[in-house]
Amino acid sequence: MTDETTSAFRRMKDLPSTHLLGTGTPMCSGCGGLQALHEIYDILGEKTVFVNAAGCMTLLSVYPFTPFRGSWLYTAMASAPAGAQGVRDALDILLEKKRIPPEDDLDVVVLTGDGSAYGMGLSATSGAMERDLDFLYICYDNEGYGNTGQQYSGATPHAAKTATSKGAHGFAGYKKDLFSIWAAHKPAYVATVIGSEPLDLARKIEKAKSMKGPRMIIALAPCPPGWDYDPKDSVEIGKLAVKSGVWPLKEYVDGEVVHTKLPHPRIPIEEYLQKQGRFAHLFTPRRDEALLAQLQAKVDAYWEGIE
Amino acid sequence: MSRRLLTGNAAAAWAARLARVDYIPAFPITPQTEIIESLANWIDNGEMAGRLVTLESEHSMLTAAGAAAATGVRVYSATSSQGLLYGMEMLYNVAGWRTPFVLTNVSRGLSAPITLEADHNDILAARDSGCLQIHCATCQEVLDSTLMAYRLAEDERVRLPVIVNMDGFYLSFTREPVLIPAASDVDAFLPPFDPENIAFRASAPASQAVAVLGGSPYSYFRYEMHLAAMQALEVYEEIATKFAEKFGRRHDAVEAYHCEDAEIVLVMMGSFATKARAAVDQLRAAGQAVGLLRPRLLRPFPAAHLQRLLAGKQGVVVIDQNLSMGKGGVLHAELASVLYGRKDAPPILTSFIGGLGGRDITAEEFFEMVKVTREAVASGNTPPPRLLYNRDELREVHKLQAIAHVEREELGKGGDKP
Repeated sequence: MTDETTSAFRRMKDLPSTHLLGTGTPMCSGCGGLQALHEIYDILGEKTVFVNAAGCMTLLSVYPFTPFRGSWLYTAMASAPAGAQGVRDALDILLEKKRIPPEDDLDVVVLTGDGSAYGMGLSATSGAMERDLDFLYICYDNEGYGNTGQQYSGATPHAAKTATSKGAHGFAGYKKDLFSIWAAHKPAYVATVIGSEPLDLARKIEKAKSMKGPRMIIALAPCPPGWDYDPKDSVEIGKLAVKSGVWPLKEYVDGEVVHTKLPHPRIPIEEYLQKQGRFAHLFTPRRDEALLAQLQAKVDAYWEGIE
Repeated sequence: MSRRLLTGNAAAAWAARLARVDYIPAFPITPQTEIIESLANWIDNGEMAGRLVTLESEHSMLTAAGAAAATGVRVYSATSSQGLLYGMEMLYNVAGWRTPFVLTNVSRGLSAPITLEADHNDILAARDSGCLQIHCATCQEVLDSTLMAYRLAEDERVRLPVIVNMDGFYLSFTREPVLIPAASDVDAFLPPFDPENIAFRASAPASQAVAVLGGSPYSYFRYEMHLAAMQALEVYEEIATKFAEKFGRRHDAVEAYHCEDAEIVLVMMGSFATKARAAVDQLRAAGQAVGLLRPRLLRPFPAAHLQRLLAGKQGVVVIDQNLSMGKGGVLHAELASVLYGRKDAPPILTSFIGGLGGRDITAEEFFEMVKVTREAVASGNTPPPRLLYNRDELREVHKLQAIAHVEREELGKGGDKP
C-alpha cells in the first residue's frame, strides 16, 4: 500500500516522461479520456490486457494497428467485466497448471466509457465485484454516449444539453452516483481521477496496482465535441472541475471514503460551467439564476462537513 | 469403458469431464441445470480438475467462455432457450474471435408464451452466428458429439465454437444406456488444447477482435469465417472416421436410414427423428419404400450429402420442429435451397411443422404425412405447409378459454365471494 509519503510519485517530475501508448490515435483532439488513459497506462505498464466494451476507446485499435504495447480484447458493450473474468480465470488456470511461467502473467484491465459502466454494463460489473474478481476497472466518464454524438447517459449531469436532451433546461435527471454504487459492493478499491491532476492519478493507479481484488477507477473525461469547448481548454476545464468541487477526487479503501484533494477555497461552479457549450443556456440569452443556484447548492451540500 | 443409464444432461457432463475441460462459466436454466450441477459436484468432490464460475447472465457467461478460450484454456458451457437468446450477441462475438469451445444447448421453445419444453426455434436462431451446430438424437450421441465437437472446434482449419444440441426433456431427462469411454481412450482421441497463436501472454502481446474501418477488412474476416465453417464439413468427416476407429461408433454428417431404395424420404433433426425411424419401420413392414434422413450438422449444412442421398427420390417430407413466422419451417427452406435447380432433385418437397413446445408427433401423423406426400407425387401439386395440430387439441384450448371466461364473468358478478 502506498500513500503520498511512500509513493514513487511525490512530485510532478517523478511522473514518467515518455508514454507507453502510441501516438496518432483516432481520438478527438483534446480528448480527456485519452489523456487519462495515457497517464494510467504509463503507471500500469505494458504487462496488461485491456478488455474493452463498445465506446470511443474501441477505436484506439483499428485493424491492423494498435497503439498498445500490451494486449487488447474487444468484447461487447454490456459484458467487458465478464471478459475480464474469463481472461483472469484462464491465466490463473494456466499459471496453476504451470502451462505458462509466472512472468507471462498479465494485469487484467477493463476499459469502458460511462455509457457501459453506468448503464448497460452495470450488472456485469456488479457480478464481477461480487465474485471478488482480481481486476482493475477504468471508466472514462465523458458524461454521455460520446462515441455516438453525446446523447444522454446515466452519467450526464443535471441541466447539461445533450443530443437527446436539447430542451431549454437541458437534461432533467441527475448524474448517477457510480462511485457509491461501486463502493457499496465493498471492492478492494474505488477512486475518482482526472487527467489534469496527474500526480493524484498516478498515486491512485500505483495504489490500485499494488492491490488484489476488484479495483475501480472513474476518470472524468472532458470531451471537446460532446461538451462543446475548444480542445485546447481540456486541461483547464479538468482543473476547474476539481477546483469547483464538481468532480471530487476521492478514494474508497478499507470501508472508508477519503478525499485526496480538497478544493479550498472552492471556486463558484459557474466558472466551470460557462466554459462549456453544453451549459450555455444557463448564461444566454440571460442568466438562469434559479438553476445556477440549484446546481451550486447541490455541490455545496456535497462538500458540507467534508472540508 | 463402462455402460450406465444416463440422462442426456449427464451424458453431456460426462463428455466435458472426459474432455478434461479447464474452465466452465455457468448460468442455470431449465432444462440444462443438471449438466452444470453434475460438473460442480465432481469438481467439489475432487473428481474433476476444472474450475467452475457462476456468472450473472448468459451474456456474461458466453463472454467469459470466449475470453477464456482466447487466453488458451479448454472451455465448456451449457444453456437453453431464452438463455441462448440472451447470450446471442456474444455468440456472434465469440465466433468472430475464432475461439474454440463447446456449448451444449438443451433445446426448448421460446417465449412468448413461456414454456419449458422442447422445440428447435432456440438453436435455429443461432444458425447464422458462426457457431457450428451438431444435433443429437440419443444420449450416447450427446456424449460422443461433445468429444468430437472439441476436435472440430480446436482444429486449426476451423477454430470456431461448436454448439451441441439436444432436445429438452426428450433427451435431457431421459435415461438411456450410454457407453462411457475410458479416460485413456478419450485422451488418445482428444489431445490437450494447444492454443497456438490464440493466447494473451506478457511475452507475446496480442490484439483480439479489434475494430475494422470499412467493408473491405470486415468482409475479409467474415469470409474467412465462412470458409472455416465450410471447411469444417471435411474436418468433421475426418473426425467421424477417427472416432469410429477408436470407439466403434460412426456419426456421419447425415444419418441415412433405409434410404437407398426409398421412394419417399422423411427429413428431420434431433430426438424426434427416432419416432420417425419407428414409423419408417412400420411403413416398411407394410411394404412401403420409405426412408429417413437426419442431418446431424446444421452448420455447416451438409448440402452435398443431402443432394446425393435425395437424388432421384419421388418425394421428400420435411418435418420442422420450429416455425419461422411468416415463412414456415427452417429446415424445409434450407433443404429447398440446396435442391433447387438440380436435375436429379425430387419433384415434391412437402413441409410439416410439428413438435412445437414439446408437442408429440404420433406414428399416425407420420403415416399421414407420407400419404399426403404420395398424393402430391401422384398429382404433381405440392400442398401448402401444414401445422401438425388436431381437433382434440383445439377443443382442449377452447375449453380452457371457456372456463377462464366463465370464471371472469363470475368474478365480475362478485360470485367468487364466500
